[in-house]
Amino acid sequence: MSTELLIALIPALPIAGFLFAVLLGPRLDRVPTHHDGHDTHDSDDAHGTDEAHAAHAAHDDVDDSAFRGIPTEEEQAATSPHAGHHDDLANAAGADGVIPAELNDGIGQTGHVTPGGPQPVYRSWFVPVLLVAASWVASMIVFANVVFGGETYHVTLYEWIGSGDFHVEIAFLVDGLTAMLLLVVSSVGLLVHVYSIGYMNGDRGFWRFFAYLNLFMFSMLLLILGDNFLMLYVGWEAVGLCSYLLIGFWYKKPSAAGAAKKAFVVNRIGDFGFGLGIMAIWTALGTLQFEEVFETIGTLDPTLITVIALLLFAGAVGKSAQFPLHVWLPDAMEGPTPVSALIHAATMVNAGVYMVARANPIFAESPVAMWVVASIGVFTAIFAAAIALTQNDIKKVLAYSTVSQLAYMFFALGIGAWVAAIFHLVAHGFFKGLLFMASGSVIHGAGGEQDMRFMGGLRDRMRWTYWTMVIGSLALAGIPIFAGFFSKDEILAEAFNRGYYLFYVIGVVVAFMTAFYTFRMIFMTFWGEWRGPAEAWHHVHESARTMVAPLVILAVPTVLVGLFLGIPPEGGLIHTWLEEVFHHAEELHAGVLPGSILDEALAHGEHHGFELFGIGGLLLLVGATAGALGIWLAYRWYVLNPDAPRRFVERIPLGLGPGMYAASVNKYYVDDVYQLVFARGGVYLSNLLWWFDAKVIDGAVNGAGWLASRSGGILRHTQTGRVQNYGLGIATGMVLVLVAYLVIR
Amino acid sequence: MGLSGYLVVSTLLFGIGAFGFLARRNSILMLICIELMLNAVNLSLVAFNAYAGPGEVTGAIFALMIMAVAAAEATVGLGLVIAIIRTRQTAEVDEYSELKE
Repeated sequence: MSTELLIALIPALPIAGFLFAVLLGPRLDRVPTHHDGHDTHDSDDAHGTDEAHAAHAAHDDVDDSAFRGIPTEEEQAATSPHAGHHDDLANAAGADGVIPAELNDGIGQTGHVTPGGPQPVYRSWFVPVLLVAASWVASMIVFANVVFGGETYHVTLYEWIGSGDFHVEIAFLVDGLTAMLLLVVSSVGLLVHVYSIGYMNGDRGFWRFFAYLNLFMFSMLLLILGDNFLMLYVGWEAVGLCSYLLIGFWYKKPSAAGAAKKAFVVNRIGDFGFGLGIMAIWTALGTLQFEEVFETIGTLDPTLITVIALLLFAGAVGKSAQFPLHVWLPDAMEGPTPVSALIHAATMVNAGVYMVARANPIFAESPVAMWVVASIGVFTAIFAAAIALTQNDIKKVLAYSTVSQLAYMFFALGIGAWVAAIFHLVAHGFFKGLLFMASGSVIHGAGGEQDMRFMGGLRDRMRWTYWTMVIGSLALAGIPIFAGFFSKDEILAEAFNRGYYLFYVIGVVVAFMTAFYTFRMIFMTFWGEWRGPAEAWHHVHESARTMVAPLVILAVPTVLVGLFLGIPPEGGLIHTWLEEVFHHAEELHAGVLPGSILDEALAHGEHHGFELFGIGGLLLLVGATAGALGIWLAYRWYVLNPDAPRRFVERIPLGLGPGMYAASVNKYYVDDVYQLVFARGGVYLSNLLWWFDAKVIDGAVNGAGWLASRSGGILRHTQTGRVQNYGLGIATGMVLVLVAYLVIR
Repeated sequence: MGLSGYLVVSTLLFGIGAFGFLARRNSILMLICIELMLNAVNLSLVAFNAYAGPGEVTGAIFALMIMAVAAAEATVGLGLVIAIIRTRQTAEVDEYSELKE
C-alpha cells in the first residue's frame, strides 16, 4: 500500500468509526435501565423487570448514603429541567463515580456496576477503537517514513473549492512537524480510547462518547494533516465543536453545560481573529496553500505581516488557552476525564502551538509578533502556575498546569526556539495525557471525589496508578532523564542563549512552581492519611485493566522521549527531524537578540553547540535544581509539616499573605472581572440596545403610522359626499394649472 | 368665419357642459354634460387640425380617440347610473352620499 493512500486513510478511519457509532451504537449497547431511581426503595414492586429488582436488592446490602447522598426529586428538578427522567442518556444506573454526584440517583455505585446486578453490555466501542487503532498503525508507518526516511509527502485528493481565483484543494502535507503531531495525537488518542472503555463503564451515553471521540480524532488529524490554511481552519473549528460536545457530555449537569458554552464562546473570540488572519492572507497573497504562502510572505509590507501574524496568534491564544482567553480550559474539566486527557491536555490545546510553528515563516518576518508571542507566553506561564499552587481540585491543578506548560511552548516559539517548542509539545502531550488519565483513575478509585483535601493515602490501594502518576509528575517537574527535563531545559537554555535573561529567570521560577504544585498534588493524593469519609475508604480500589494499561504504556514514552529525542541537549534527534520545517526561520535568526551568546556565535560563523562542562551544563543543573527544590518544598509542606503552608502565608510581610492566597485560589479574579465586564456589561449593552430598538426604531415605525393617520384625518373633511364639490375641485384645479402655465410661460 | 368661430362655439359648448355638471343634480344630466365637454374639445381639435395644420391628421385622430373613449365612458357611466337609480329609486346625486366623511 502506498504511503499516499495511508495518509488519506489516517483521518478517514476515525470518521468511519464516528459514522458507525452514530448509526449503530444505540442498537448495540444494553445498559440496565433504572426506573424511578430517585424514588425510595420500598416500591420495588413497581419495577418492570426482575433485573431491576435484583439491582435494588444488591444495592440495599451496601449503604453508601453517607458516601453520596441521594438527591431528592426537588433537588434533581432544581439542577436541571431534564433531571429525573429515566430515559435520559447521561444518567445511567451504577456509574461508579463516573456520573457526577449531584446527577447520580445514588444507586449502584459500589463497584464498577452494581455487583450481582445486571451488567451493562457494551458493543459499540469495538469498531471505533479498532478503526482508531488502524489509524494509529497508518500514522506510525507514515511517521517512520517521514522522520527516518526523511521524506515529505504532498497528497492532493481533489479540488475542494474552485471559484474564480479562489482555489482550495483537499490536500495533505506530511513533513517532520506534522509527523511529530501525528505521533502524539494518534498514540494518545488510541490510548484514551482504550482507557474510556473502562472509564465510561456504566454510562448510558457510551456510544455517544465514542462517536464524539472518533469525530474529534478525525478533526484533529485533519487539522494537522491539512495542506492549506482553510483545511487547518476547518479542523480547528471541528475540534472546537467536539470539545464543546465532550465538555458538555453530561449535559444534564448545569455546570458542564455552562462550561461547554463558555469554552465555545471564548474560543470563538480567538477564532474570529484567526478567520480574519486567513482572509488577510488570501487578500494579500491570493493563495492559502502553506508553501505558496510561506514563499511569498516576505514580499509583503512588514506592517501587514505583523497584522496577519497577530490575527493568527489570536486564534492560537483562544485554542491554546493563553491569557487573556485562558478562562475556558479550567472550566472544561467538567467533562469526563478521558476528554480532559485527550482534548484539553495532549492534543487540541496544542493546535495553537502547532499553528504558530507551522506559520513560522510568517512570524519570523515580524519581530513585533514574536515579542507578543513570547511575552504572552511568559506571562501566562507564571500566571497559571501561580493559580495552580493553591487549587484543591486535582483536575484544576492539572488544567492550570496545562495552561502554564502551553505558555512555555509559546514562550519558546516567541524567542525563535521552534524545535524546543515542538519538543516540549511532544513530551508534554505524553506526560500530561498520562497525568490526566492517572487523575481520572484516582477520581474513579476514590468514588468520584475530585477535591484533594478529601483524599490521601491512596498509594497503598492504587499502586499502578501511583507509580505511573509519579513518573508523569517527575516529567512535569523536569527531573533528569524524564521527558519534561530535556524539553523544558532546552527552552530555558534557548532563552538564555538568545539573550532573554529576564524571561529565563521567570522560566526557572515557573519550573520551580511547577515542581511544587505537581508534587503537592502527589503528596495530597497518595501520601498521608485518608481524609475523606470513612465509608468511602472501603470503596477505594485500583481501576480496571483497560484504564491502567494506558497509564503503563504512556509511562514508557514519558521516560524515553527525552532520552531518545533530546540528547545531546540543544541538538538532539528532533532537531534533525524538524530542521527542514524551520529552515527558513532559523536562517533569518528570528528571535536572536543582539549581543546574546547565540548572536555572537552566529556573527563569527560558528555553530553554537551544547557543552556539558560549560554554560549548557550549568543551565541544565539550574533547571534540575529548581525542579528538585520544588519537590523538596512540597515534601516539607505537605508530608513533614502540614502546618507550614499556613504559617508561611502568615509570615508574608505587610499582612499580604491571606490576600495573596485568596487571589490565587480565586484565579486572580479573572473570571469575576469577565463576569462583571463582559457578562454584566453585555446585559447593560443589550438593555441599551433594547431601549434604542423600542424607542427609536419602533418609534420611527409607529410615528410613520401616526403621521399617515393624522394627515388622513385632516384630509377626510374634504370628502363631503356632494359630487358638485368634487367637480368644482376638479375645475378649480384645472384653472389653477392653466393660470400657472400661462404665468410661468 | 374662420377658426375663431369654431373656437367660440367650442368654448360655449364647454362652458354649458361645465356649468351643467356643476349645477345640475340629476345624474343622467351630469353624464350628458360630460359628453358636451368632451365634444367641445373634439370640435376644437378638428378645427385646429383643419386650420393650423392642413394636411396633418393628428387632430382628427385625437378626436377619433376621444370619441372612442367617450363612448366607452358613456357605456360604463350610464350602466352604473342606471344601476344606482334602480336600487335607490332616485337620480339625485346628493342622495348618493354614503361614503362621505
